Amino acid sequence: MKRTLIASGILMMLSTSAHAADDLQTIRSEIEQMKTSYEARIQALEARLAKAEAAARQADNKAEQASQAAAVAAQPAPSRENAFNPAISLILAGTASHSSLSPSTYSIGGFVPSGGEVAPNPRGFSLGESELAISANADPDFRGNFVLAMAPDNTVGIENAFIQTLGLGHGLTASAGRFYSGIGYLNSIHAHAWDFTDAPLVYKSFLGNQYADDGVQMTWLAPTESLLVELGAEIGSGRSFPATTRDKNGSIAGALYVHVGGDYDESNSWRAGVSYLGAGPQNRSYADELNGVPTSNSFSGKSQTWIGDFVWKWAPNGNATVRNFKLQGEYMRRNETGDLSCSGGACTNVPGAYQSTQSGWYLQGVYQFMPHWRAGLRHDRLDSGSTDFGAGLNPADFPILAAYNPSRNTVMFDYSPSEFSRFRMQYARDESRSTAADNQFALQYIMSLGAHGAHTF
Amino acid sequence: MKMKLLFALLAAVVTLPAHAALNVLACEPEWGALAQELGGDKVKVANATTALQDPHRIEARPSLIARARNAELLVCTGAELEIGWLPILLRESGNPLIQPGQPGNFEATRYVPLLEKPQRLDRSEGDIHAAGNPHIQTDPRNIGLVADALSKTLAAVDAANAAYYQARHAEFKTRWSAAISRWEAQAAPLKGAAVVVQHQAYPYLENWLGLKQIAALEPKPGVEPSVASLTAVLTKLKITPAKMVIRSAYNDSRASEWLAQRAGIPAVELPFTVGGTPGATNLYGLFDDTVNRLLKAVKP
Repeated sequence: MKRTLIASGILMMLSTSAHAADDLQTIRSEIEQMKTSYEARIQALEARLAKAEAAARQADNKAEQASQAAAVAAQPAPSRENAFNPAISLILAGTASHSSLSPSTYSIGGFVPSGGEVAPNPRGFSLGESELAISANADPDFRGNFVLAMAPDNTVGIENAFIQTLGLGHGLTASAGRFYSGIGYLNSIHAHAWDFTDAPLVYKSFLGNQYADDGVQMTWLAPTESLLVELGAEIGSGRSFPATTRDKNGSIAGALYVHVGGDYDESNSWRAGVSYLGAGPQNRSYADELNGVPTSNSFSGKSQTWIGDFVWKWAPNGNATVRNFKLQGEYMRRNETGDLSCSGGACTNVPGAYQSTQSGWYLQGVYQFMPHWRAGLRHDRLDSGSTDFGAGLNPADFPILAAYNPSRNTVMFDYSPSEFSRFRMQYARDESRSTAADNQFALQYIMSLGAHGAHTF
Repeated sequence: MKMKLLFALLAAVVTLPAHAALNVLACEPEWGALAQELGGDKVKVANATTALQDPHRIEARPSLIARARNAELLVCTGAELEIGWLPILLRESGNPLIQPGQPGNFEATRYVPLLEKPQRLDRSEGDIHAAGNPHIQTDPRNIGLVADALSKTLAAVDAANAAYYQARHAEFKTRWSAAISRWEAQAAPLKGAAVVVQHQAYPYLENWLGLKQIAALEPKPGVEPSVASLTAVLTKLKITPAKMVIRSAYNDSRASEWLAQRAGIPAVELPFTVGGTPGATNLYGLFDDTVNRLLKAVKP
């Protein structure tokens, strides 16, 4: 049985091998055909690949050229007419305030009223000053800046309107027109950028809130490496307190200042300055009252104000986004000599000599303890100093000038949802008046629309 | 007498710098590093900001005004990144060499195609830049493009050393493209990785390495993240998970740590620019460290 099985197996194998001989032949020829056809295909593929590679290389080159072209095209080209439009920004501000004494009776005891908007905010709701600012380069050599202030009582005033050189070289910059004087620290900063809703008492009493003049200004920066040394000189028409405009050729008021500043380390920066403001006011008059009868007093002579200022800023690693602290203080001292006359009512209408030396200072600290939120504290103090009246004058005719040392403490909280908006809450206990203390509450908003304002130190 | 005293005082304060090297003021450290690479010992570079400062929110500090006064070449990002402080520096410097339009005023973004040009210019969109996203330095290929332009500017501003700058540029270009190939090879595993960013600061890095940005922690550019905006991102991550949350060295870490904890993903601090991390000591270190930190975060 086994044998037959083996034999039949062998037979089968033989027969298949006979078949296989034929098959092998066909398979070989098929493989041959396949080989040739695949070779042809592979060659075709290789050719296509080479072509594609070349194309890719070309595409790469083209892409590189295109990216270079794009980079060139990325250079902004002023193609539209309005591309030359100046930067325009608008400040909107408003206040709601509550005070125990009427702002209309506000005066700073012991000091000649300075004019200007020195009184606290009106009671109730009031629109703050809206400020429209336009600035642009005039040409490669000059820029211009124009700030229109629209007061809540619908009066419009030109706050700033000046031209400025764009790099005379040697660190020199010249400006002409109407500008905020560079004296002190806070003086050249617009009110909307202040840390409190109002100016320190020294600014109210010595500079009528903020000293601006029509004239020319020259500043020079020393060629130091990283320490700022800036000298400034101004002459002007004396259009605001403590000066007065006069019918006179040349200048009426002048200022000189030096600013020095630098970095203590990466986290701490500072600036300090000394300024001098000299003016020759004539018939600088103010209203007073003697025994209920209004009088008019006027001063002519020489007014000299010295200001010392400093500011210190801290932020961890110089990054002020989360936390930062700012300490600033200014000291002012004014010397006035000349004639003071009084007329009306019980006044003798006799001009007499007048000499006064008065001083004051403020110190404030503002701390941003987390993003958006800041808290601040300010202390103001004035010293009405010595006032000498000549033989012809009766001190009782000048009740406002009676010796008094005003002071004020202010606390503030503010919240700034972004760089361009701010809400502020402020409380001040104001002892400016010699008669009674005033409790002042204020809520304020300040919004800045349009062009991105720059951050001064 | 008074005048004499004043002058004596001035002379004491003023130290006239020896006019040996070209004075370069760089707005950001990456351009300071690039100017140093290309300028070698022919330039003296000062940086206006550090990697730990938010370049959007710098003030025109006294020291910066002093530096701008003597600068012969200003190298900045441009595209309005420095709009909050540079205009004051330029205005107060009294220095004609670096005013806009002068050869000494160099803006890097002018030589790179910018991404994310806003469709709508409105402050309600946050602190956006009309010309496009200015954070171009996170793509080394952009650094290469800026290097081409900056070497030409150096040669134009300081013609006496033009050949020197050209030679250094050629050398830099070779080394830089080799480095780019190396980083690209290393960063291959990052392709397609989903990321969350704190500030909209990384479109160029994402574009270069093929990262996919799922969300930003800041609800609008320049607006600090609030708990509400962070929660919204967290909800989004439940649907589309991300591999990591990226912040720059100068960013406040709290927002990204908050998200990292709750989403169970690593928070990655990137140098963002030269000096941002101990490893980012120069331009090469900047990308070595950036790629390393990203790779570490995607490793399982």
